Amino acid sequence: MLKQIEGSRAVAEAVGLCRPEVICAYPISPQTHIVEGLGELVKSGALAPCEFINVESEFAAMSVAIGASAAGARSYTATASQGLLFMAEAVYNASGLGLPIVMTVANRAIGAPINIWNDHSDSMSQRDCGWLQLFAETNQEALDLHIQAFKLGEALSMPVMVCMDGFILTHAYERVDMPDQAEVDAFLPPYTPRQVLDPADPVSIGAMVGPEAFMEVRYLAHAKQIQALDLIPQIADEFAQRFGRASGGLVRAYRCEDAHTIVVALGSVLGTIKDTADELRAGGVKVGVLGIQSFRPFPLAAVRAALQGAQRVVVLEKSFSVGLGGVVSTDVRLALSGLQLHGYTVVAGLGGRAITKASLARTLAEAVADTLPPLSFLDLDWGIVNRQLQREASMRRSGPIAENLLRDVGAVAAKVV
Amino acid sequence: MLQIRIHGRGGQGVVTAAELLSVAAFEQGRHAQAFPSFGSERTGAPVVAFCRIDEHEIRLREPILAPDVLIVQDPTLLHQVDVFQGLRPDGYVLINSKRSFDALGLADLTARFRHERLITVPATEIAQQHLGRPLPNAVLLGGFAALSGLITLDAVAHAIREKFGGRTGSKVAEANVAAAAEAYAYVQHEMEDLAHAQAD
Repeated sequence: MLKQIEGSRAVAEAVGLCRPEVICAYPISPQTHIVEGLGELVKSGALAPCEFINVESEFAAMSVAIGASAAGARSYTATASQGLLFMAEAVYNASGLGLPIVMTVANRAIGAPINIWNDHSDSMSQRDCGWLQLFAETNQEALDLHIQAFKLGEALSMPVMVCMDGFILTHAYERVDMPDQAEVDAFLPPYTPRQVLDPADPVSIGAMVGPEAFMEVRYLAHAKQIQALDLIPQIADEFAQRFGRASGGLVRAYRCEDAHTIVVALGSVLGTIKDTADELRAGGVKVGVLGIQSFRPFPLAAVRAALQGAQRVVVLEKSFSVGLGGVVSTDVRLALSGLQLHGYTVVAGLGGRAITKASLARTLAEAVADTLPPLSFLDLDWGIVNRQLQREASMRRSGPIAENLLRDVGAVAAKVV
Repeated sequence: MLQIRIHGRGGQGVVTAAELLSVAAFEQGRHAQAFPSFGSERTGAPVVAFCRIDEHEIRLREPILAPDVLIVQDPTLLHQVDVFQGLRPDGYVLINSKRSFDALGLADLTARFRHERLITVPATEIAQQHLGRPLPNAVLLGGFAALSGLITLDAVAHAIREKFGGRTGSKVAEANVAAAAEAYAYVQHEMEDLAHAQAD
């Protein structure tokens, strides 16, 4: 059924259709509307049986999800930013124990400086934790990925993060096609755990493992992710057959066939990049776009296959490895090892900086001319950066950086965007 | 693609207005995308929300830099924010005010843009009368329907009922629908006056 609703509401309804039995809720922007929506569904009785548990922190949210999942319940939570960092220890435990929890990460920057806006720093900080990480391009894909995530996670007995851009998707009203309960039931059977805490058949979960088997247990988590490289496209195909639309999968190429330059990105910025690529193509520049839907497992072979015909690759990412450069681009380069391609990393949109078609077009023109530096920062204000560097060079007590830069920028209230 | 930017202050329902507009457009079979400017909104602070309407799927996610339509819910913003930034030459402007563009000190605007597309409507007063509260957002959407003809008053009413009909009761919804209808009639009348003035 077509609806014009907020992204958060769409995800809440989709998660509800997956019949979660335990939902752990702790509010943090920009995720809050999702668990609020689920809270309403549970309270109204529309989602039953389901325990909606208000916990005291994100650490508690993941800990309760672990307990619930170990007891055999289909478990869900959602978080963002500092909340994900605060639950980090339990996040590793969930994957280490092999518990198929599904969690929405409404992507948001990490402080300091404190910032509530969107980028991918939060989920990227947990990229090595063993969870699968799927990225949504639209609200339709976000809701579809949640339905796929429960099936995928439970098949592997591994937890799945569905990452969607905070505010840009979570707070956007757009058209979504919401499946009905019978369709979701047919796609997603009830959860059958591989391991369960059952008083009638007691086991312990969470043994201490020494050097004799720790590496093997960790390797098995990797083996699950390798299995996921086959399973993710299978599930996306089954989803497409049942629901009539393509969502998820490993990667998605747009106008890449004859492209000399391919832009690689994750999440909602793909739409703006595609519009920019269309305009560049109208001017005779052969640009393609590769969206990565599965960041973990990272689809090395699929990325290589999609990019190997190009002359240059521009990875545009909303994440930043301070002291190195790109996060996604490091993985993309691994996929391209041995190929003679020009590679560019463009860090963009950190802390909610708008990514505009005009800026993308300008940057891509530089890439096509091969004048773009290997690492660049879209629309970085060099004026205030250099002023602070001069300040630090000229005096010892240069003061707090964030406050200095805000003074240099001046009043933002007068600016429209 | 039609791009609408709505300016107001925290508490005036700026974000809700953009959402309602997107629902009204959806109601008419169009694709629509509404989103806020994502600031740390608080009561009284300047707030911006955006709405795009198209016949096709909307992929673009940048803020609206060159709007076709500007809706200004609070005229005191005119002195604080450059609300007209990027407005397209053939754009529509709807300002919540009892005063005319000239009286608001915007005479240069009427010279630069198509003056028959620039309208003020006393949305706060109309809202006060129907809702007992100075909430201009839904009222202005009625005015926008009349000004542009790009969405119907029926679609606006439907969106209002969908948004306010459930949780807060149909009384609020019906009061907003009535207020939107009054603004629609007001703007239609103003436009007729403008047309006559032009004919004279």
